[in-house]
Amino acid sequence: MSKLSERLDRVQVFAPEGSHSSFRSFQTLLKREILRFLSVAGQTLLAPVVTATLYLLIFGVSLGSRVSFGGDVTYIQFVVPGLALMGVINNAFANTSSSLFVAKFLGNIQDLLVTPLTPWQYLFAYSAAAIIRALAVGAVILGVAACFTSLPWAHPVEALLMAGVSALLFALFGLIAALYAKSFDTLSIFTNFMLMPLIYLGGLFYPVSELPQPWNLVSRFNPLYYLIEGFRHALLGVGEISFVTSFTVSVGLSAVLAGIVLWMFGSSPRLRN
Amino acid sequence: MPTPQVPALEIKKLTKHYGSFAAVDDLSLSIEPGEIFGLLGPNGAGKSTTIHLASGLARMESGSISVFGHDVVAHPTQTRRLVGLMHQEVVIDNFLTIGQMLGLHAGYYGLKDDPEWRELLVERLALGDHLGKKMMKLSGGMKRRFMVAKALIHKPKLLILDEPTAGVDVELRVALWDFVREINRRGTTVVLTTHYLEEAEALCGRIAIMNRGKLVALDTTKNLIADQTLEKVFVQLTRSQEPVL
Repeated sequence: MSKLSERLDRVQVFAPEGSHSSFRSFQTLLKREILRFLSVAGQTLLAPVVTATLYLLIFGVSLGSRVSFGGDVTYIQFVVPGLALMGVINNAFANTSSSLFVAKFLGNIQDLLVTPLTPWQYLFAYSAAAIIRALAVGAVILGVAACFTSLPWAHPVEALLMAGVSALLFALFGLIAALYAKSFDTLSIFTNFMLMPLIYLGGLFYPVSELPQPWNLVSRFNPLYYLIEGFRHALLGVGEISFVTSFTVSVGLSAVLAGIVLWMFGSSPRLRN
Repeated sequence: MPTPQVPALEIKKLTKHYGSFAAVDDLSLSIEPGEIFGLLGPNGAGKSTTIHLASGLARMESGSISVFGHDVVAHPTQTRRLVGLMHQEVVIDNFLTIGQMLGLHAGYYGLKDDPEWRELLVERLALGDHLGKKMMKLSGGMKRRFMVAKALIHKPKLLILDEPTAGVDVELRVALWDFVREINRRGTTVVLTTHYLEEAEALCGRIAIMNRGKLVALDTTKNLIADQTLEKVFVQLTRSQEPVL
């Protein structure tokens, strides 16, 4: 008997019935996604922090000292929650959209599509990895901001919930963009013509309540307004809308996007054709 | 009377168009457990489309495919656990090393890592010195070796190899086919597409030949060849438009 035969005798050539675990499938994809963003940590974790620091220096330190804001909140304090949330949102979107789109573009998505991973497992694993990266970036931005100003941290649990649901919402949006896009050009439409205007017109650098009509009204249809205000309220204890309203809107929108993502993973001809 | 075996792969009236082009046209065939089955045909014959439909990479228009009795559309989780596919196209993951990817791949199927099985695959496919490399750093042949290992890491009952030896050196081909024969002797059903007809002739008990999406021949290798060579039979059949079943 050959050495190969002897070795094959010692191992099971087929996986026994009942040895498959759905949770392990999810856990493995989550691990892969975390390894992916850690393998390019300079790009995925460090670069957003540098960008946010520059924003803090320009808008918070340099221009902020010239902006009279009224009340107990300084301009830099006003801007910090928005900058941290912008880091969270951008990184949640970038993590899912780039990972999935590059896999589609290079073809290694086939490695996943032949496995028994279900739409729910894709959704949970991609979203969870994006949330981890986004929250890590958000935390580091807040850490850097602490060098420039101190925040009241009025409702820390609410702040974590708002950051988490914001990351989830834009992780899901990133999945939709990646599943829909057939080219880098299409993907950039989502980033440049949807994500960026939503972020910058959502009250990141200014209070929406001070905008004249109709922009004041229009801004209230921007989901980012609810995310930023909810997060700002949680950190500073003051804001234009309550945490409950912000959180409810964010969870509702996430549920809608999750439904679209599940459909796209399950049935979209853009994935399996 | 002996109970009839459930086919390892059963395809019934399968059709798939890309636009107006019929990639697979009313294909029916059945592969028994334990076979090494050759699916041959010229480029564009529909072999890879058939494989993509069987493995869930593409959606069928009409017809049905079942793997060990499980319908691939109705029970995708069960069927995908049973199938190991080596793609024809080399697909690259630039983020992870091949060692990391191999470790993860069994997990996607919900299986615990089996170090002894993994080491056996790594050794048989001579990947040991390359586990710390990313795929883009590997030669073409080495990429294919890794793809074979990946197709087998979750211990499938049905192994589909879509042109596994294209660009692979002779030494590895011999080692690969020895290994495939050995796991086949232990029950793994193997479906093979290749343009190396001598490999198909030497390995496969039965051969199907496709041309322009249609099945044009299906028989035991011995009957199909008769007193000719497989190459001659192949050229005759794929020139002809008429099925000779």
